[in-house]
Amino acid sequence: MTATVSGHRGLDLEEPLLFELDTPGVSGIDEPEPEPGPTRLGGLEREGPIGLPGLSEPAVVRHYTRLSRRNYSIDAGMYPLGSCTMKYNPRLNERMARLPGFADLHPLQPEKTVQGALAVMAELGRWLCALTGLPAVALSPAAGAQGELCGLRAIRAALRERGELDTRRVVLVAESAHGTNPATAAACGFKVEAVPADARGRMDRAAFRARVGADVAAVMLTNPNTCGLFESDAPELARALHDAGGFVYMDGANLNALVGRVRAVDLGADAMHINLHKTFSTPHGGGGPGAGPTVLSAALAPFAPLPVLWQEEAGWRLIETMDGARARGLSPFGRLSGFHGQFGVFVRALAYLLAMGRDGLRQASGDAVLNANYILAGLSDVLSASYPGPCMHEALFDDRFLKDTGITTLDFAKAMIDEGFHPMTMYFPLVVHGALLIEPTETESRATLDQFIAVMRDLALRARAGDQAAFKAAPRLAPRRRLDETQAARHPVLRWAPPPSSGASSDESSFRTAPLSSNP
Amino acid sequence: MSKVYYTEDHEWIRVEDGKEGTVGITDFAQAQMGDVVFVELPPVGTVLTQGEQAAVVESVKAASELYAPVSGTVVAVNPDLPDAPGTVNEDPQGEGWFFRLALTQPNELADLMDQDAYEVFVAEAGESAG
Amino acid sequence: MRYLPHGPADRAHMLETLGEPSIEALYRDVPAAVLQAAAFPDLPDHQGERAVEAHLAALAARNRPAGAGPCFLGAGAMRHHIPAVVDALVQRGEFMTAYTPYQPEISQGTLQALFEFQTQVALITGMEVANASMYDGASACAEAGLMAQRVTRRARVLVSGGVHPRYAATTVTLADGAHEAVEVLAPDPLGIEDLIGRVNHETACVIVQTPDVFGRLRDLTALAAACHDEGALLVAVVTEPLALGLVRPPGAMGADIVVAEGQGLAGPPSFGGPGVGLFATRAALMRQMPGRLVGQTVDEDGRRGFVLTLSTREQHIRREKATSNICTNAGLVALALSIHLALLGEEGFTRLARTNHALAVDLATRLARLPGVRVLPQAFFNEFALLLPVPAGPVVETLADRGVLAGVPGERLWPDYPELAEVLLVAVTETTPPADIEALVDGLKEALS
Repeated sequence: MTATVSGHRGLDLEEPLLFELDTPGVSGIDEPEPEPGPTRLGGLEREGPIGLPGLSEPAVVRHYTRLSRRNYSIDAGMYPLGSCTMKYNPRLNERMARLPGFADLHPLQPEKTVQGALAVMAELGRWLCALTGLPAVALSPAAGAQGELCGLRAIRAALRERGELDTRRVVLVAESAHGTNPATAAACGFKVEAVPADARGRMDRAAFRARVGADVAAVMLTNPNTCGLFESDAPELARALHDAGGFVYMDGANLNALVGRVRAVDLGADAMHINLHKTFSTPHGGGGPGAGPTVLSAALAPFAPLPVLWQEEAGWRLIETMDGARARGLSPFGRLSGFHGQFGVFVRALAYLLAMGRDGLRQASGDAVLNANYILAGLSDVLSASYPGPCMHEALFDDRFLKDTGITTLDFAKAMIDEGFHPMTMYFPLVVHGALLIEPTETESRATLDQFIAVMRDLALRARAGDQAAFKAAPRLAPRRRLDETQAARHPVLRWAPPPSSGASSDESSFRTAPLSSNP
Repeated sequence: MSKVYYTEDHEWIRVEDGKEGTVGITDFAQAQMGDVVFVELPPVGTVLTQGEQAAVVESVKAASELYAPVSGTVVAVNPDLPDAPGTVNEDPQGEGWFFRLALTQPNELADLMDQDAYEVFVAEAGESAG
Repeated sequence: MRYLPHGPADRAHMLETLGEPSIEALYRDVPAAVLQAAAFPDLPDHQGERAVEAHLAALAARNRPAGAGPCFLGAGAMRHHIPAVVDALVQRGEFMTAYTPYQPEISQGTLQALFEFQTQVALITGMEVANASMYDGASACAEAGLMAQRVTRRARVLVSGGVHPRYAATTVTLADGAHEAVEVLAPDPLGIEDLIGRVNHETACVIVQTPDVFGRLRDLTALAAACHDEGALLVAVVTEPLALGLVRPPGAMGADIVVAEGQGLAGPPSFGGPGVGLFATRAALMRQMPGRLVGQTVDEDGRRGFVLTLSTREQHIRREKATSNICTNAGLVALALSIHLALLGEEGFTRLARTNHALAVDLATRLARLPGVRVLPQAFFNEFALLLPVPAGPVVETLADRGVLAGVPGERLWPDYPELAEVLLVAVTETTPPADIEALVDGLKEALS
């Protein structure tokens, strides 16, 4: 690569840290200085400067514009991340969430001034209940992991009421489950036991039936599972567990395969979180905010957390107290958020649901499954498919096709970056070796899928042909080559600090900053 | 005269005179973990029973615990390790030791494997992992 | 079905490639009874953009936007002026539609922005390190309690009566139902509770808020020393981080963990969510910190770059041994906050804080002149509790009918404490024009006479 004086390479523009762009005395905001007057700070005035850098408005816009261009995004290309459902994020959602009648609402306004917002929550709840067949929904979980927590805490509360909390200590989790499942069960005080998968990649029926008993509180099951396969035995296994007095928590991470076609209630679910930022198209935002509303069966509904949305003659209300809930026959397990949940995300999801409608959702899940199978079929002869098709909305491969090449799944993924694709999910699920989990979603066109397949085929053939050095060196065309994660973890530098020459104390050396670029 | 014993969790303990032993993780363990980035050692004086969690070791891709191979009291820890966790990768059974134990139940050593038995154990583990 | 790229010919071609008769055939692993049960008679079919917009606009029109008239609501959700640049930048698809930055080579934009965010949070809180954000202030508060339990290996968490009651409730809930381990003190409107006397060798941490929920600025220095003497941690909650532009940050008063709600500096209140939780601590405790962390490193060519780091603490790897079950953070809201702070800079941030405080001092002085009205805290930032001679709830309802959102009545936050019924929490920001202040003073005067 030819070196440039600036460090920029054409449209690939290097950008320093905000703190390195500091122009003391400059601000990007013009506000009048307040009239001098009395203060009432009780002697707690800040001593000394904060250290925030000063930038003009154009400097800020350029900084973030340049940073933004160093990101991959769903707007720019395909994100085949299995179990992440990276689909197109409609812009209408954004416009709706920004209506002043939604965005500029304070959560503690008198309820008579926010009836439309409460109606939005109720309408979203109706859609989620209808699509899953479950009668109740807790909207407040902030994300999928908190939805899992909500479901398991509701289960725990139900067990407590039945006097079985001390005897039902075990939560069964599929071996292929997301890591959040065992983390959540443990956080709720349960003992986690893994249920193995069988040769078909489904939960081992015999092992499950053998384990069901009076000490089992619940099973956590993802369906379709993380291998992209439908758990056909789910209704039957759920019945067995229900008969034994246990509950079924269904992980809704893979709802995109089912929406509008299969209801969670018919699979035996008692609780399921719904990632609005996956299935219902709200943006991931580089890691949030998401939302994880959790639908609940009639047996679990009374234990839903505060606040509870309630309709009375005068209109919609939020029940915020234990006493208020008890007066209505409810016993909430507690509360999960300061206010009522991720309302801005609710508006976006409702806009999507209204736009898609019953027929659109059904077409979307069908197209998602069609696309995954098209990829499975297009790659099965060159990559190693872990299980025969049909798959659901994601296709799972393992690294047998890389055997003896010296190339790992990670190397393969990094080579995809040079071809302009975001890598698929790697090394998950853990039940196959060197997993490559591909979820195209319904919003990728046939042309994009064909190009993706062509790229993957070419990379597989190059790997088999022994082009190891090229894979190990990938990516070469991205804004950065592979980063040294060992150094980052051994000597964590989690913030910028002024260089020592500018008078910083030497014991802050652990925050030292490397030069912007150095020529090796 | 010293003898080295091994656990199924891939720890080793080198016992010097029947009373004190030095503990670390094996070469197989470090190779499985990859670059070790962080080690948390027990305070000197910690009383451990066999199998109890004694230290934490983290790599870029894994985090795991080191368990006490036998019961004892921690009498010394490797002072250089927290600042140079990479030593665990470079010299796991030498400079990369974790702590030294004063044994309280030396008879527990009989539960552990010797070098030969451990090599067979690792060979089998390697096959099932492949 | 404008969001779906396939035409009929595409689907037909793809099915033919697969040798399948229909999409339905791909669902053959689903029991037939399950497929048949899924009918949705009550759901409408797809609609065009105009229809969706009309439907939602009608719902929005049934609300009164806070900014449609005088508004003095705070209590954990603040209305600040958000510059146009902030929303324009966070709506860039490269930020908004990116995934969590697990592939650092093609995620440097998000990663560098979060690294800058972590630095800004550490600076304003007076702490050494910060994470890449949490869901919101309440969950950050709860996670701080859990972290203190891990660090100290003690169970008892003591929550001050000055902490926002919703934060306290969330902390109790997320502490794994170990209710006996989390002790929440009764609301403390007068600032007289004795926290120091309750700290002992079993205490994992004390959670205290400043400015507290009644608006009172608290000097944490002595409390921090008392905590440290007993081997406990001090957790400071801040629901209005703009205060840190003017008042001494908790980090300078000895706090070990500082958590905050950043919504007010990031965007509109959005009926309470999404917000963004800030979480900062001392360097020595960083490996116990929950949530995602961005760290600096170099790439193979020696160029500076950023990665998610210390991720072995996360549930993907540790599963049931993870430090927390939290998976996502609030990336885009954190970005918005960071952009706003970048625009403000040292000058803008401290000036905005002074402006807010000056308005609050003026408002408090006027309200204190009303007969029977007391301003509870002596020292405050931009929000304070009033004690009215009558219950505040009906006053708020009456003023709402006249277009004035007067504040948060005690019954809304403490329905279980009737003795707080006369409390009214009032907040003022740079968005409050002088005429609105007149409207509140006049309205209260009338309502109380």
